[in-house]
Amino acid sequence: MDLIRIKDVKKQYKNGVTAISDLNLAIKKGDFAFIIGGSGSGKSTLIKMLYREEKPTAGEIIVGGINVAKLRNKKVYKLRRKLGIVFQDYRLLPKLNVYENVAFALEVLGAKKDEIRVKTLKAIELVGLKAKIHNYPDQLSGGEQQRVAIARAIVNEPKLLICDEPTGNLDPERSMEIVKILEEINQTCKTTIIMATHDRDIVNKMQKRVLVLKDGRLVKDYEKGTYHNEDI
Amino acid sequence: MKIFRMLGRSIRDAFKSVFRNFSLSLASISCITITLIIVAVSMVASYNVEHFSKVIQKDVTMVVFLNNEITQEEIDDLSEKINSLDNIETCDFKSKEQSKEEMMSESDVFEGIMGTWNEEDNPLKDSFLIKVKDINHIKDTADTIKSLEKVDVVNYGEEMVGNLISAFKAVEKISVIAVVALIVVTVFLIINTIKLTIFSRKREISIMRLVGASNFTIKTPFIVEGMVLGLIGSIIPVLIVIYGYTLLFDHFDGVLYSSLIQMVNPQPFVYLVSILVIIIGMLVGMIGSASAVRKYLKV
Repeated sequence: MDLIRIKDVKKQYKNGVTAISDLNLAIKKGDFAFIIGGSGSGKSTLIKMLYREEKPTAGEIIVGGINVAKLRNKKVYKLRRKLGIVFQDYRLLPKLNVYENVAFALEVLGAKKDEIRVKTLKAIELVGLKAKIHNYPDQLSGGEQQRVAIARAIVNEPKLLICDEPTGNLDPERSMEIVKILEEINQTCKTTIIMATHDRDIVNKMQKRVLVLKDGRLVKDYEKGTYHNEDI
Repeated sequence: MKIFRMLGRSIRDAFKSVFRNFSLSLASISCITITLIIVAVSMVASYNVEHFSKVIQKDVTMVVFLNNEITQEEIDDLSEKINSLDNIETCDFKSKEQSKEEMMSESDVFEGIMGTWNEEDNPLKDSFLIKVKDINHIKDTADTIKSLEKVDVVNYGEEMVGNLISAFKAVEKISVIAVVALIVVTVFLIINTIKLTIFSRKREISIMRLVGASNFTIKTPFIVEGMVLGLIGSIIPVLIVIYGYTLLFDHFDGVLYSSLIQMVNPQPFVYLVSILVIIIGMLVGMIGSASAVRKYLKV
């Protein structure tokens, strides 16, 4: 079953720049897909449309049964509750420790204290940060901060995890760790993962589906792909 | 259950935020405090004015002096006519003999002079003492009575009462204008406070959005914060009302200048005013924060 269905999507920004055109794409439940492409290829725009930070100008984007293109601003939270999102810059709250940062995602949804505790501890354990549960972000390395961000993204058990260049700020070794964690989440929790990246090594090692974007169009879709320079 | 948990979180966050940005909150709180003190004082004052102008109005007596040639029959006739008018509460006859006795008992000088008068010499006039139902129509009533036959003069202390009341009304108007102006200033200060809180918590807000917090969840803490500012700002005004007014009342024994001007009993008056002051404070805070949220928190 498709978790994401993108049909004839076009995105033109107000300044006239067309970021995405004629995009058709389906991603199955439980998939792990990389989106690669050079600067200006439309990667970020596509990612942003998936979590409804941007709205497509035309076409249809269905994520987990919700038509994102028609979703009103007021209802965006309904979509976001089904997603986890991880960014290059972690976006943690500096005044909260690891536990609080992860629990924050459940607190603002009004979850019960017991439920928050159980789920938060489980998510932190999954990303391997149990020992640093009381540390604050500035006491963690970049890789550890990103793991906190991943824990926060998955704590609500989303169907889809969207990662926008999550390894962009990390050295190759830490990057690999992060991707391994994502793979584990993909396999144990059956969470669908979409990851935009520039990282050739990761894509080559993982042998997952690879979607190549160029000038706002989907130019290649490899089932078990690698990073071909000539595609970019 | 969930809504209570969210509300509890909002209130906790609001108090945290007030104390985290205390210097900023202090500006809003002091402004609310000053505004509410003035609101409270003018509320207490105008309620008191209202109260004793009613007392004074109840006491206003119209005196209708009758022609000296009037006969008993005509007096009865006149009494009937006056009583049949709409605005008459009571109408008592007072003969010139009674007036004489009254005056004599009031002063020795009068007693000396009037004691020598017999019934025919008495230059005083028979009169009716009239209380009206509605003081606002006293002039019309007086004019109607004046036009009746055998009525010489109609007197009532309209001017004194009128001046007194209109002076108080003027004071009331000025204080209303001052209060409105102050409330506007306060609302702007609160908008500014909440605006800065929103900016300082931008990161938190963006993360809340990402993880799927509803607009209600995101906005409520800021609105509650405005109400908390109003609540804290109303503490001093409430204390002033409760202790200040009670002290004042006890000091003057509930009466100002003359027994005509009676103060409103502090119980339960001060508590009602306090509740109103708190409500106004929280409302002003809420309006300020709500408009800041609308303006600066694009969701």
